[in-house]
Amino acid sequence: MSEKIGNVWVFIEQEGGKIADVSLELVCKGHELAKRLGVKTEAVLLGNKIRHCVDTLYHYGCDTVYLAEDKHLEPFTVLPYAKVIMDLIKEHKPNILLFGATLKGRELAPRVASEKLAGLTADCTDLQIDDFDDKVNKKFYKNKLMQIRPAFGGNIIATIVNTWDDPQMVTVREGVMKMTEPDKSRKGKLVEVKPSLSKEETIVKVIERVSKEKNVNLKGAQIIVAGGYGVGSKENFKLIYELAEALGGQVGASRAAVDAGWIDHDHQVGQTGVTVRPKLYIACGISGSIQHRAGMQEAKRIIAINSDPDAPILSVAHYGIVGDLNDIIPKMIKAYKSKV
Amino acid sequence: MLSFFHACAILSSFVVKKYVKNNYKIYRNPKQNGGHAVSFTIIVFVKQVPDTQNITGEAMKADGTVNRAALPAIFNPEDLNALELALQLKDRYGAKVVVGTMGPPNAAEVLRDALYRGADEAVLLTDRNFAGADTLATSYALSCCAKKIGKFDLILCGRQAIDGDTAQVGPQLAEKLKIPQISYIEEVISLDKHKVKARRAIEGGYEILETPVPAMLTVIDSNDPRPPAAKKIMKFKKAITRSELVKAHAGANYTDAEALAEEEENLKTKNLWINEWNASSVDADPQRIGLAGSPTKVKKIESVVLTAADFKKIEANEQGINGLIHELIQDHTLG
Repeated sequence: MSEKIGNVWVFIEQEGGKIADVSLELVCKGHELAKRLGVKTEAVLLGNKIRHCVDTLYHYGCDTVYLAEDKHLEPFTVLPYAKVIMDLIKEHKPNILLFGATLKGRELAPRVASEKLAGLTADCTDLQIDDFDDKVNKKFYKNKLMQIRPAFGGNIIATIVNTWDDPQMVTVREGVMKMTEPDKSRKGKLVEVKPSLSKEETIVKVIERVSKEKNVNLKGAQIIVAGGYGVGSKENFKLIYELAEALGGQVGASRAAVDAGWIDHDHQVGQTGVTVRPKLYIACGISGSIQHRAGMQEAKRIIAINSDPDAPILSVAHYGIVGDLNDIIPKMIKAYKSKV
Repeated sequence: MLSFFHACAILSSFVVKKYVKNNYKIYRNPKQNGGHAVSFTIIVFVKQVPDTQNITGEAMKADGTVNRAALPAIFNPEDLNALELALQLKDRYGAKVVVGTMGPPNAAEVLRDALYRGADEAVLLTDRNFAGADTLATSYALSCCAKKIGKFDLILCGRQAIDGDTAQVGPQLAEKLKIPQISYIEEVISLDKHKVKARRAIEGGYEILETPVPAMLTVIDSNDPRPPAAKKIMKFKKAITRSELVKAHAGANYTDAEALAEEEENLKTKNLWINEWNASSVDADPQRIGLAGSPTKVKKIESVVLTAADFKKIEANEQGINGLIHELIQDHTLG
C-alpha cells in the first residue's frame, strides 16, 4: 500500500464552450480530496474550440488540465469521449475519477467503467476519504474514497467502496457539492492531448440537435415556491408564480405537476430533477414523496401547505399549514406586502 | 465473432425447432406479425423490483425506516416502456421480441407479464452465484445471456431501475458486447437491417441520432405501455420455467425424469416454456459474476429516518399567516 497513488480527476462537462456548474462543484470537491491525499487535482476537458475554458478550471482548483480538441468531440457523443478518457486513464492512472450525474455523465461514466473494469457508484451525494476494513475478505484498504449515495428510492443511504484497481469512479449529483470562490490568480499546467479516434468510435451520428438553455436557476435560488399535484391545474399554477414573485423567489415543482403538464421539467425538484438547498422552501400542494423530499429536505426552512393533515411533506417541514392553498397563498402575499 | 458461433453451437435443439415453427406460421399467415415477415430480433432486458415509489404506511417500520419485505414486487416501470417500444417496432416492422431478466426464480413473474403484453420468448437468468452482483457483474451476466440468445438487432433496456436508480447496466452491457449505445430514447424514428435512427432526450431539448445495428438503447418514460391482453393471459399464465415445472410436480408422485422431460417437450411445442439459464449455461466466467465479479463493496447502510424538525403548526387564518410571515422576516429568512 505504499506505492504512489494517482491524482484526483474531474471530467469537465461543457456545452457550447460553457462549463457545467456541476463540473466546477466537482473541481472544488476534487481539490479538497486531493489535498487530503497529497495528490494533484486534474481536469479532463474534451470538445472542440474550448481552450478558453482552461483558465477557469485553474481558478477553481485544478493543477493540470488535459485538453483534447477534435471535431468528433463536438457535439458530445459517448463513444469518442469514452475512448479519449480510457486512453488517458491507461497512460496516467488516476486514483479517483469524478463525473457529474448529468444525462451526459450518467451515460459516459458506465461505458468507461465497464471497459476499465472499475467500480462505479452513481448519484453520490457525499464523498469522503477513509480506510476500509473488508472483514469478509480479510483485506484492509487505506485512504479509499467513500462513495455515499441514497438508494432504494431514497430510503437508505449507502456507503460504497471500490476494491478493484483504480480509478475509483463515481457520478455526483448536481448541486450537492459546494462551489468555493475562484482564485483568479491561480495558474496550472496545460497538457494537450491528441485524440486517436477511429471509425469504430465515430459511427454514431448526430442528425439533429435542439437544446435551449434552462430559463430557471433553482440551484442558486434562496427562496423557492414549489407546486405539486394539489395545485389542481395549469391555470392555478399562476398562484405559485405570484407568491414566488412577491417573495423574490423561483418556482419549483414536484414530478406529479410536471407529469401533468402544468409546468416545464426544468422546474422539477427531487430525485429526477434538481437538488436544492434554499433558505426557504414553500411546498404547496406537494404530498412529499421520498423522491421529492430527497431534493429539498436540506432547505433551511420548509413551509408545507397541504389540505391533507397526514401528507408526508409535513414530517420534514418546519411550518405546516393545513388548508386550501387557494385561500392561504393570497393571505401570505397580502401579509408579506403589508410587512415590507 | 467466435463467441457468437459458440453461442449458436450450444443453442439447445428446441430453440432451433421453434424458429422453424415460427417461420412456418408466418408463411401461412403473414397478418400474425402485422403483415411483415419477421426480420428483426429485439432483446428487452427487464428487472423485477420492489415498488419503492409507492411506499405506504404499512411498509414503514415503527422506527421510520422502510420494511423492504412489505413492498410488492413489480415490473420496473421504465422496462415496461422499453418493452412497449419493442412491441411497437414489432408492429411496424415485424420482429421477434425476446424478453430476458436476471433474478431469483420468482422473477419469472415479470416474464409472464411481458408475454401477456406481446413478447414472443422469455429467458430467466437465475443462479445463486449471480447474487450480490453490482452493475458491472450484472452487465457481464446479461452480456453472456445476450450472446446465448444469438444474433440480435437491438437490445432495449429501461433507462434505470427504481431500486438502484443507477442507469449503469444498459451502457455497461453495450460496452461488454462492444456495440454502440444511445441512452434516454423517446422514440425510434426508423429501423432497417443496417441502422436505427432515434430521438432521445438531452439537457434542455432533444437529439436525433443514427447508429449502425446491433445497438443498445435505453428507454425513458415516453410511451404508454399496452396492458396485458386477456387472450394472452389465458394462454401464457401456463408458461413456466423448469424450476416451476419441477416445483409443481414435487411431492405429486410424478418426479421421474422421463415424465418431466415429456411435459417439458409438451410445453415447448405449445410455446409455453420460459427458458431458464444459469451461469454455466450462458458460459459465464465464475470470477466475473455475483460478489466475486463486483468491484464495489457496500461498507455501510443507514436507513433514512424522517426528521421531524422543530415543527410548528400554523393556523390557516389571517392571524396565523401574519405571525408566520412576521417570524420569517424577523429571522431574515425573508428579506
